[in-house]
Amino acid sequence: MGLTLQGLSKSYYNPHLDRQMKIINSLSFEIETGSFVSLIGPSGCGKSTICNLIAGIESPDCGEIMLDSSLINGLSGNIGYMPQKDLLLPWRTLLENVLLGCEIQHQDKHNALEEAHKWLNQFGLASFTNHYPHQLSGGMRQRGALLRTILFGKKTLLLDEPFGALDALTRQEIQRWLSSIWNQTRHTVLFITHDIDEAILLSDKIIVLSQQPASVLQELIVPFPQPRNPDVLLSSASLDLKKELLNLLIK
Amino acid sequence: MIKKKWKDRIPSLLFFLFLLGMWQFLTITAQIPLWILPTPLQIAQALWETRQLLWMHTLTTLLETTVGFLLAVIFSLITAGIMVLSPWIKRLIYPFLIISQTVPLIAIAPLLILWLGYGLTPKIIIIIIVCFFPITISLIEGLELTDRDLLNLLKSMGATRWQVFYIVRWPHALPSFFSGLKIAATYSVMGAVIGEWLGSSSGLGVYLTRSSHSFLTDRVFAAIFTITLLSFVYFTLISALARIALPWIAKDPDDNLN
Repeated sequence: MGLTLQGLSKSYYNPHLDRQMKIINSLSFEIETGSFVSLIGPSGCGKSTICNLIAGIESPDCGEIMLDSSLINGLSGNIGYMPQKDLLLPWRTLLENVLLGCEIQHQDKHNALEEAHKWLNQFGLASFTNHYPHQLSGGMRQRGALLRTILFGKKTLLLDEPFGALDALTRQEIQRWLSSIWNQTRHTVLFITHDIDEAILLSDKIIVLSQQPASVLQELIVPFPQPRNPDVLLSSASLDLKKELLNLLIK
Repeated sequence: MIKKKWKDRIPSLLFFLFLLGMWQFLTITAQIPLWILPTPLQIAQALWETRQLLWMHTLTTLLETTVGFLLAVIFSLITAGIMVLSPWIKRLIYPFLIISQTVPLIAIAPLLILWLGYGLTPKIIIIIIVCFFPITISLIEGLELTDRDLLNLLKSMGATRWQVFYIVRWPHALPSFFSGLKIAATYSVMGAVIGEWLGSSSGLGVYLTRSSHSFLTDRVFAAIFTITLLSFVYFTLISALARIALPWIAKDPDDNLN
């Protein structure tokens, strides 16, 4: 159960070198239902391709993507996908933006609206419902984008470096806040990040990817119980984990 | 906010009045004859004296421009929509669009009058020709969304082609569509005047040529004033529409006239 990738491979044609480039090589891992898993790897290792495959934007050359034991290769609309940029539509108010997924999937408008208002409150965005994205701060926009992903209504979320563009302080704040949201909802989360601390703070399991073509280098269990206090990052167990991750990533 | 806007405009308004004053003063002191350059007051007088005649001609021009402009918008919407949805048709039509813009209007207009007579139809066609290009090009530019990430997001949500069109492409195109409309609106008045000029029984272009042939220079200026005013009214109208249709754009920096 949960999200399983089995022997996934993908190549692209590179016109400069005039040959096929293998981006992902026989990638396999599993995310159990309700767990938070981080994917970490050197930059340019093919993470965005992995995202596109899982989100159903592209199809793998070979291998299987299983969601709760059904095959979703090349099928979109099964997973809540949050890309790196917030991608809020500038001509829509925050409320209209967070309801985008419901609109595309033709979900019941009344229910969706009720749900949206409930969540906007929880996300601390209630007083910005009718603001346009350009009137919001970076942190708020990112929360809006996450809310749009959650309101899409799928139990599995794919978050692609969602906090990469935020400043360090906002980032820490939003990490804690994501952790508290996740502890309430217990979505199945695949979280893609560059940030080792972020991965340790949030996830149950960290998957380390190799250089391109990407495959799994190692899987590490983060032993701290959820919900976590940010202070766990200062414990010696956490520092050991961090050292191990750094060794794997920087060679 | 509105008050502040007016305050911002006072200097340019004062400067305009100053220029009018200088014009009045210099033409009188230099004793320039009426048929070469009338004074602003003489122009105002001509405007007032021929107001009924002017109004009648203005109505004709107004009718031509409005019909021509609206038809151009409809054709542009259809053409741009088809071209964006089908790249093949786009490749087919695009060269013709460019050519339609490079053929000199002044050469086509007499032909149209030759074929279609002195009625409204040739003028409306001229207006459609001049307006079609800026509107269509601005629409195509706006509709062609290049942000792959945004398209991927919509795709991941399972959006259909039509949903991508009305949720993202269309609103994305609106600002550029309205800039096209603003340009086309001023072109449309010009197109109408040229059409009338080449052969017509009524319209501001007719008033203009008749006055000019009779050396009634004050009336020529009165016609210029009316034509300018008409273009300005169209421009303002479209700017107001744009503000209603684009509430997410706080202030358009290019839009100094409003």
